[in-house]
Amino acid sequence: MPVVAFWRAHASELGELLAQHVVLVLASTLVAVAVGVPLGVLAARRPRIGGPLTALAGIVQTIPSLALFGFLLPLPFIGGIGARTAVTALILYALLPIVRTTSAGLRSIDRAILEAADAMGMTPRQRLVQVELPLALPAIVAGIRVATVVGVGTVTIAAAIGAGGLGEYIYRGLSMVDATVILAGAIPAAGLALAADGLLLFVERALTARRRTGVRKAAAAAVAVIAVAGVGAFALVPREARVVVGSKNFTEQVILGEIVAQAIERYAALPVDRRLNLGGTFICDRALRAGEVDVYVEYSGTALTAVFREPVSRDPAHVLEVTRRRYADGGVTQRRPLGFDNTFAILVRGRDARALGLTRLSQLPAHAPAWRAAFGYEFLEREDGYPGLAAAYGLRFREPPRVMDLTLIYRALADGKVDVVAGDATAGLIAALDLVALVDDRRYFPPYDAIPLVHTATLLRYPQLGSALDRLAGRIDADAMRRMNLEVDGRRRDPSDVAREFLDTLR
Amino acid sequence: MITFDDVSFARGTPVLTNLSFTVERGETLALVGRSGAGKSTALKLVNRLLDPQSGRVIVDGRETHVWDPFALRRRTGYVLQEVGLFPHMSVARNVGVVPALEGWPQARIDARVRELLSLVALDADEFSSRMPDELSGGQRQRVGVARALAADPPVLLMDEPFGALDPVTRVELHREFRRIQAAVGKTVLFVTHDMREAFALADRIGVLDGGRLIACSTPTALRGSRDPFVRLLIDSMEPV
Repeated sequence: MPVVAFWRAHASELGELLAQHVVLVLASTLVAVAVGVPLGVLAARRPRIGGPLTALAGIVQTIPSLALFGFLLPLPFIGGIGARTAVTALILYALLPIVRTTSAGLRSIDRAILEAADAMGMTPRQRLVQVELPLALPAIVAGIRVATVVGVGTVTIAAAIGAGGLGEYIYRGLSMVDATVILAGAIPAAGLALAADGLLLFVERALTARRRTGVRKAAAAAVAVIAVAGVGAFALVPREARVVVGSKNFTEQVILGEIVAQAIERYAALPVDRRLNLGGTFICDRALRAGEVDVYVEYSGTALTAVFREPVSRDPAHVLEVTRRRYADGGVTQRRPLGFDNTFAILVRGRDARALGLTRLSQLPAHAPAWRAAFGYEFLEREDGYPGLAAAYGLRFREPPRVMDLTLIYRALADGKVDVVAGDATAGLIAALDLVALVDDRRYFPPYDAIPLVHTATLLRYPQLGSALDRLAGRIDADAMRRMNLEVDGRRRDPSDVAREFLDTLR
Repeated sequence: MITFDDVSFARGTPVLTNLSFTVERGETLALVGRSGAGKSTALKLVNRLLDPQSGRVIVDGRETHVWDPFALRRRTGYVLQEVGLFPHMSVARNVGVVPALEGWPQARIDARVRELLSLVALDADEFSSRMPDELSGGQRQRVGVARALAADPPVLLMDEPFGALDPVTRVELHREFRRIQAAVGKTVLFVTHDMREAFALADRIGVLDGGRLIACSTPTALRGSRDPFVRLLIDSMEPV
């Protein structure tokens, strides 16, 4: 089993991600219980507040998690990149089941029992604590169970905003188009969900079967096990101050992230926290400005148009100068380019290109009306993406271009699901899957020089960071980048190994 | 011990109107009437689960509204219509609820629970750790009585205490009640729709109809009543 081999090779990392996953779920569920149960009590006592409250919690739960992360990112204290946003989102998701079941559990208690409690002379608080909450407990635990299982799933998605956890493997696997790595994260995540579900179901059953005290003791033991596991996992998660290196969620970015991270470890001797596979330019930029990520590699053209919303420019030096100044205004330092230009490449199958003698983009409009195209979401939306390209070359496809994840797009083209895609010029899969990049003969695409960006405050604190990054300046050409991409995408190698080998050649 | 002085209570429509009677210390008074006659409401006025709109309810020399409601309820034993045992507590914990609320030390609670279980003729070793759903209806009712007596309250209120039981068990519990009452001598106010039960247990009987007390006297005196409704109630028990 390749998955088992992968786990063996990454045992300590797997343990750390699993621990992060457990801590995130546990922390958010605990807070959700602490907030949700009182809200549930309130909802049961005051139907006028309870109705709108559960409706609101219901609305929150219908927001897709990635969208919710997007809303939370810009907020202070509860938002931002990393675990905090994930915990906030998880709490919001967990509230509905807990509030609802607490309120329902309380309202379903027999009137005669409540009357008996009053008649015994219990104060409202004594009645709540001694009678109502114990009787509603099985229902409350059922709510916690739902919330926990949902939480285990949501945390996997939270890897997109750098929260860590087993989702890291899933995103890494997606960006490398490597099912083994996806499974390496998905299997333990599913196992975790099943284990949490089973354990809490057991607690719930034990609470319902009140008479068997032995079972209740076992349930108490189970709860204790959960608590100890949580504390243990928390202890495993490193919390010391580190330089945080980020990357977007595709292979090249992950490799560059590894190269930058290892360069900092080697040359600057600083401990590094990797937040690779962050969900896109927007998230990386937010995180960098907020200082939650200290370093990541951006592309000059992307920075110019997507980050700063400046008009497209075709002069590489001009672009670099504009982005350097704009970044400096925002507290970000742009270091010297790494050397390669990762511009967009419009790709077709090698078979088609050879049969039709297709080499240049200006030849594409003749075939486009019979072909289907697929582009990544960013490319479809960006001014320097598809709209401009279509205008510059007069392109019209058989049907409106499909949105497709960048990680799937090369395979989709090779498998004949679509006929034209936009990829990265440095993609290793281009050669591996026999794809051909059409020459941009009207020079439509702006330059996309790879540039390391550093949060300026961090640079001031660790000046050696700058010189470490400068040792990479001009050292990664397009060929080297494409080779490394192929190592990871085509040969299924670990990005950190590929990055280490590359740094070894620099000596 | 308990005095109703011109008490009226309405929930939209009048439930009780100008109710006046007294239960002497150590006396058992039964309030009899049809369903909806206001019997349960009268009980709840005694331990301040409800407050009267007009008139005064006096318990132990003080009007109920000057009592702290929780203190009043803890010294007023209450046996409910549907028993209302706490399903998540063992028999022992159910019986010990009020002493625990009063902050008794655990050893004293344990001793008291044993004492009460034997008073209601349940074997403490066998029943202490049982849960309410492991009891028969009659056993549950005995536990309910034990719970009401736990903190040795001077006053005992009972709301159709034996209504849900089969006739054989009911008669058995009537006998038990008389034995217990002879032993503890509480001031008891209980309500029932069953005139036979009232005759079996009470020192005096009050008849409620439409929220008004239309008769209140000893069973013997009541047999001679000429009130048509009282006659109806008495005649209803004759055939058996």
